[in-house]
Amino acid sequence: MRGNGPLWSGLAVVLVASVILSLSFGAVDVPPLKVGLALLSRLPGLAHLDPGLTDGQQTIVFDLRLPRLVLALLVGAALAVAGVVMQAFFQNPMAAPSIIGVSSGASFGATLAVVSGMGVGVAGLGGVPLAAFVGALLATALVYVLSRRGGRTPVGVLLLTGVAIGSLMSALAALVLVTGQDPARRDLDQVVYWMLGSVAGKTWTHVLVVLPYVGIAGGLTWLFGRDLNVLTLGDDTAWYLGLNVEHVRLILLALSSLLAAAAVAVSGVIGFIGLVVPHLMRIIAGPDHRTLLPASALAGGALLVLADVVARTLAAPTEIPVGIITSLLGAPFFLYLLHRRREYAM
Amino acid sequence: MVEVVLEARGLRCGYDGREVVAGVDVALRRGEFLGLIGPNGSGKTTLLRALAGRLVATAGEVLLDGAAMRSLRRRDVARALAVVPQLSSPPFEFTVGEIVAMGRTPHLGRLQPEGPDDRAAIDLAMALTNVGPLAERPVTELSGGEFQRVVIARALAQEAPVMLLDEPAAHLDIGHQVEIFDLLLRLNREEQRSILCVSHDLNLAARYCDRLIAMTDGRVCAEGSPAEVLTEERVSQLYGCAVRIEPGPGGRPNVSPLSAALDAAPAGDAR
Repeated sequence: MRGNGPLWSGLAVVLVASVILSLSFGAVDVPPLKVGLALLSRLPGLAHLDPGLTDGQQTIVFDLRLPRLVLALLVGAALAVAGVVMQAFFQNPMAAPSIIGVSSGASFGATLAVVSGMGVGVAGLGGVPLAAFVGALLATALVYVLSRRGGRTPVGVLLLTGVAIGSLMSALAALVLVTGQDPARRDLDQVVYWMLGSVAGKTWTHVLVVLPYVGIAGGLTWLFGRDLNVLTLGDDTAWYLGLNVEHVRLILLALSSLLAAAAVAVSGVIGFIGLVVPHLMRIIAGPDHRTLLPASALAGGALLVLADVVARTLAAPTEIPVGIITSLLGAPFFLYLLHRRREYAM
Repeated sequence: MVEVVLEARGLRCGYDGREVVAGVDVALRRGEFLGLIGPNGSGKTTLLRALAGRLVATAGEVLLDGAAMRSLRRRDVARALAVVPQLSSPPFEFTVGEIVAMGRTPHLGRLQPEGPDDRAAIDLAMALTNVGPLAERPVTELSGGEFQRVVIARALAQEAPVMLLDEPAAHLDIGHQVEIFDLLLRLNREEQRSILCVSHDLNLAARYCDRLIAMTDGRVCAEGSPAEVLTEERVSQLYGCAVRIEPGPGGRPNVSPLSAALDAAPAGDAR
């Protein structure tokens, strides 16, 4: 067993730092110390620490930045956990949630919603997140059903079916866009912006909608930590160790696509978190999923929060969609990891 | 009375409608070291997978301790029967200790931590296979022979009385081959494990196994003691190459392949 004390304290420090940074910086900067004290003063018995923020600061920190921060934490955690599951599932550290068609399915759903002018939303969310969510789940279900071969879903077939359905969904989304009756091309702008991924302007409503999916699906996934360990040894070995491989796989596929779909629905397509974070945490925390899953959830949340800080300060007052930042920073970092580790030299 | 622990009756199975095992009756007796031989593509691995419950029979049945395999729960099967599949390399950097501990999976609930019994089984498995000194090493850094011992240790930690092994010594040098088979023999003699072992190495199979079963084209073609099964005529026919069989160490048959190119010269050639 590995000693995990330093791991959890390290993650806690990173998490707290990312929270304070995120609440402090943006179009208007509030001193981090004040933000920290203001947060502490909200805890019972610590009211005397209140640093006395102005009403404006109060609104910015607690009403605008806090829900956005919490949403980024949830989305980052969901993407990272879904990535961990996919990598175990495909016994391949290069897998990511998008591999089973989640992102492209969501994009197709979102495109349909935008083009059809579906304004009627559920729970104050608008039609786009709902359509994206449904699109993501349908795409995954389609991949799963088309991959079944005599009661089984071989990993190789699943992978290639995911690639094919992904291309199909992307092509359909593009087709719907270019043939749409919209001379001003506003639909195109809206869809492209959605695909770039952003947590800007998100409210507590978004948080409340995503929280149950991330909380419940994430928690259930953690219960399957031991099963995921065994699955990385291959389907046959997992079976010989007493795992009902097909049942467990179906459950894990459903849970991870729920996680990824919920994340994509509210924030659009945010790349590289689901690939880089599991990879990085496997190096730091080791491959045991009982540790790797919660560690990746925390790191994924913190990383997306930090990326969001960069996204809104780099070109302030213009906001850059955070999906651009995660890919911009994630891709070189991933290349660095690949060069560092010899075992992928094939 | 001879007690049978694992049995196939009239077993037929295959992949995507292609029948690979075409009506096989085999029985593994309690405490036996049974070897399964046959040329490439004769159905050995498929038979082993069916005996382990991984493949569903299209006809006939597999019985584990007299109970129909298809009626048993996965976990119960894994407590009674451990499998060492053909050598493959692990994708993630689990340590040797973590891999061996996974052998306890069928004995543990989803959230149940390993208890003293589990630790004892893991420690014993690592001691028997001599992988204790490697416990903290990532499995991705091991040599083929080391990793094969780790996989056998994981199967041992399952504490299953029946073990099926698919070419456990393939790709290993002769030193490691003997080491693996000596280990299997010890497990068979001292730990009373019933062993079914697929082997391409006829001499190892002849040397270590109590009994051999030879397969060709998805059927059993011979069954009996190594001396009974390994005759020059049968082996030449099975593998399509001339062989000379002489008594080897321990009086067991020793098979030497004859080369069509080198050994065709008439006797007395002084080259």
